Amino acid sequence: MKKLSVNHLLGIKYLKEEDIHLIFKTADHFKEVINRPIKKVPSLRDITIANLFFENSTRTKLSFELAEKRLSADVINFSTSHSSLNKGETLIDTVKNILAMKVDIVVMRHPNPGAALFLSKNVDACIINAGDGTHEHPSQALLDVFSIKEKLGDIKGKKIAIVGDILHSRVALSNIFALKMLGAEVRLCGPKSLIPKHIHSLGVSFSTNFIETLKWCDAVNMLRIQNERMDSNYFPSNREYSQLYGLNQKKLKLIKKEIFILHPGPINRGVEITSDVADSENAIILDQVENGVAVRMALIYLLVAKLNIPQV
Amino acid sequence: MSPKILLSSKKIDIILNRLACQLIEKYSDFSQVILVGLQPRGIFLLDRILLILEKKFSLGKVISGKLDITFFRDDFRRFNKTLSASSSQMEFTIEGKSVVIIDDVLFTGRSIRAALTALDNYGRPKDIQLLVLIDRRFSRDLPIQPDFIGAQVDALEGDKVRVHWNDNKQDNIVFIEKN
Repeated sequence: MKKLSVNHLLGIKYLKEEDIHLIFKTADHFKEVINRPIKKVPSLRDITIANLFFENSTRTKLSFELAEKRLSADVINFSTSHSSLNKGETLIDTVKNILAMKVDIVVMRHPNPGAALFLSKNVDACIINAGDGTHEHPSQALLDVFSIKEKLGDIKGKKIAIVGDILHSRVALSNIFALKMLGAEVRLCGPKSLIPKHIHSLGVSFSTNFIETLKWCDAVNMLRIQNERMDSNYFPSNREYSQLYGLNQKKLKLIKKEIFILHPGPINRGVEITSDVADSENAIILDQVENGVAVRMALIYLLVAKLNIPQV
Repeated sequence: MSPKILLSSKKIDIILNRLACQLIEKYSDFSQVILVGLQPRGIFLLDRILLILEKKFSLGKVISGKLDITFFRDDFRRFNKTLSASSSQMEFTIEGKSVVIIDDVLFTGRSIRAALTALDNYGRPKDIQLLVLIDRRFSRDLPIQPDFIGAQVDALEGDKVRVHWNDNKQDNIVFIEKN
């Protein structure tokens, strides 16, 4: 039977195209499971998973925790505000101590890019990257692409726009890798100050014209303005950003075609997207959240299948 | 070594008819009966039994579903292969109904154990019976026995007993592969 080519999920760039197809196929089955009256299966009853969140998270943390519980794994949670990191413990020491409690999988979010890769090289456990700084957020990209695929059918040849704060967005980078791997055309759009240099090298196009980008695309992923990561002013004001790059009903009417709208959350209502658009039929923001659980169940299931077989 | 044929297509047809008759004999009211085929191989047997019940004996629509037991199996991570799932189609609850689990070959009984756990998720049935085409005798790991049996086979532990279902619903055979 087919297996993932990797032992950890550190980023989309480490995956192969077949891995993504395998994850999606497995996620289809888990989506059916989580829509049953009893949403739980006993597959992972002998597995313990630690969720380490060194950075704030609502959706991702809940989604991972729910996915783990639906697979019957034992779950322990950890967040920085209550931890010994405040006492000066290093990351490796923290994780090694947690692993000494016989944990099989570590799901980690960390503010530093490369933290997951670093950990995978230094400790003996399966690592799932739940976001490392401005680098990658692979599970989010997988659920975004899974949701687009559900609506548009095959991804190959489809036109997907990613709009907004590309510079600070790990979601954008992971999405670009995943979409390109599956053969989509990707266009980035936003103020030049929020687009990284040399982004062309990833094989994506770039435009500052939002309306034209909307006309071009089949689906648009509206990124959040990450005020917490901005060390200087990248645009004059939220109001000006909203006028140029915020999605509202007026702009949607202007393009005279139906497009699907994604948002990784949390939404800054009225900045990158208005309430009426976020709550409209073509917004698949809540589908993303539902699919998030199914995709993460698939990810964990497939990674657990790669763990050493227990010697009983 | 070439596979040895245990049951010919003609014999299988006779057996399928008998199994359908046994179901009719057991259950007078099919509105209270649900036939559940186990993915991936049991659904072929389910389809054929349904065809006989609905067409030949004109029973009308018999309630049936397809159940995937992958995530309920007890051998996940015990062998060096990933278990891959099929889809479940169970658009009903089994509360208060008589359920017949249908699979092609009964060997260790572990799949049926998984199916019983999986069926828990769909309600509390009145009773559950087991229908199999092939019962591999003396090879059970668990105390599970079939209620409706197509044929009994004695095979060595390493042997594989397989049912080949043909798409045209004829020319089906049961054969044994020596290890």
